[in-house]
Amino acid sequence: MQKEATPTPELQAVAPAVDLDSVAHDAVLPIAWRRVAIAVALTVALALPFVLKSFLVFQLTMAMVYAMAILGLNLLTGFNGQFSLGHSAFFAVGAYTAAIMIENFGIDYYWTLPAAGLICFAFGFLFGFPALRLEGVYLALATFALAIAMPPLLKATPLEPWTGGVQGILVTKPDAPFDLPLTSDQWLYFLSLGVGLLLAVAAANLVNSRSGRAMMAIRDNPIAARAMGIDISFYKTITFGVSAFYTGVAGALSAVVVNFVAPDSFTFVLAVGLFVGLVVGGVGSITGALFGGLFVLFVPNFAEQISKGLAGAVYGIILLLLIYAMPSGAAGLVRLIAHKLAARRR
Amino acid sequence: MELFLHQVIAGLATGAIYACMALAIVMIYQAIDTLNFAQGEMAMFSTFVGWQMMQWGLPYWGAFLATIAVSFVAGVAIERVVFNPLRDAPVLSHLVVFIALFAILNSAAGFIWDFTIKPFPTPFGTHPLFGNGLISAHDAGMIAVSLIMLALLYVFFRYTRIGLAMRAAASNPDSARLVGIRVGWMIALGWGMAASLGAVAGMLIAPVVFLEPNMMLSILLYGFAGAVLGGLSSPAGAVLGGFVVGVIENLAGTFIPYVGRELKLPIALALIVAVLSISPRGLFGTRLVTRV
Repeated sequence: MQKEATPTPELQAVAPAVDLDSVAHDAVLPIAWRRVAIAVALTVALALPFVLKSFLVFQLTMAMVYAMAILGLNLLTGFNGQFSLGHSAFFAVGAYTAAIMIENFGIDYYWTLPAAGLICFAFGFLFGFPALRLEGVYLALATFALAIAMPPLLKATPLEPWTGGVQGILVTKPDAPFDLPLTSDQWLYFLSLGVGLLLAVAAANLVNSRSGRAMMAIRDNPIAARAMGIDISFYKTITFGVSAFYTGVAGALSAVVVNFVAPDSFTFVLAVGLFVGLVVGGVGSITGALFGGLFVLFVPNFAEQISKGLAGAVYGIILLLLIYAMPSGAAGLVRLIAHKLAARRR
Repeated sequence: MELFLHQVIAGLATGAIYACMALAIVMIYQAIDTLNFAQGEMAMFSTFVGWQMMQWGLPYWGAFLATIAVSFVAGVAIERVVFNPLRDAPVLSHLVVFIALFAILNSAAGFIWDFTIKPFPTPFGTHPLFGNGLISAHDAGMIAVSLIMLALLYVFFRYTRIGLAMRAAASNPDSARLVGIRVGWMIALGWGMAASLGAVAGMLIAPVVFLEPNMMLSILLYGFAGAVLGGLSSPAGAVLGGFVVGVIENLAGTFIPYVGRELKLPIALALIVAVLSISPRGLFGTRLVTRV
């Protein structure tokens, strides 16, 4: 019986959304086409801040920030098969690290990104140890506890000198360096674009490396992975750390972009939002994270515009329709279309 | 000591609420193998339906039974309309659909019945039981009803043909289909039953927390915690887990410094995570043995 051979039905069921042989699928599109697509996308991305209004530029920046956090979640869930409904906690730690470094210690904002990442890596790595013993829904609940615990912890009296309690911290908005003729919004857009690309390339390299294959082997069949000599505890905890690193960097960027951190920006609603972004964008797809980020930022606003009273219902219905239209996310849909086109050509 | 005893009993009373919820969660988990994040909102919506019927002049028990029936039909309908087409979608997509349902039900209830807090009647009365004020009649009623539901469910799953069929459909859908069980309808039935259980839980809880669209959120979390603590494969464990969570929550709020109302929930959850890391399948869950 196939069902009995799989240790956890939950994790097994994640797998179909993820293409093991994504390399083979990518080959469906000729390499030249892919290069053209990437070049066009980059040109558009570089041109956008000069043609759009500054609020829209700000929104796109935030979408990229969310995309980075979703990318981190994707490394954990999509490639390693560990659930997390608690990434808002890492996002919060990153954001507060940045805000405290800038405002209390006067450190320049660009140093805060790696620092926030490293601190979150440590947190994530440590959280990875209890997570080792948990699977599926049990892990989902444990991480959810993390998300729930974060805002009250940030508000707690003993930490108030640093976190500013309920009020949070105001962060100064940085200007473009080297006298570049950019507004601060445009500069932050380019900064996020650069950091995002760096993280995405790093993630793609990680996934295609020996370690990445080990991560995916653990997701697909932990017992077989162990039999092949993969150190499961090591990879699972490290993946948790790397995932938290990505989300922490995103959090630090968000503090700089929004100019403000407060406990109530990092409730479990954010964690659920990131999770929804992950699934809508495509589990196990690196480019899908960008679509997820756009979804997280724009769809709730759009729903509110359609109907104030029924905003939640509109959001839910859009979500349902998206899941019907593309059960394996935006990336899965693109892959499917590319596949069909290629089949027709043949 | 007096304070301790009071807090334990108050904890048991709130624990009864969590136990009802945990029971509904375990029910649906057994039927579909996934946690239903929209369970709380389904219960909330059912409670509003019950309230509306009473507004239209139905007596309490009439509205109670009618609400259970309506919820059953609605639960089956949700499964047939929303989930059946997505049967083969990955589990993560299912979770997102639950989140969508959550948003829709919450927002719709707010739109139809608005967000003002409404009182909800209790059939048991609020006077203290036994006269010493330790436990109110409603709390006792709640505990009794959750235990009765547990017993009924146990009998249903253990001794009826259809209960057996439902268990078979949940544990091995392929083989169940081969012996002639209509697995799709068994799952729909599980949804209907969970929706009815949720409706009962909602109507019992509403007199305590008052009726409003967000009333179920924290209760759902504690219910999850109770269900997971007890073990998702064990209905009795879930009920016990619900009671334990209620007591822990109350004691932590009273006896640990710095823990006000705000930190009660994180403390309870942290304790549960601690228990889980020692016993990963919950206290009474059966360990999944796998064959390679």
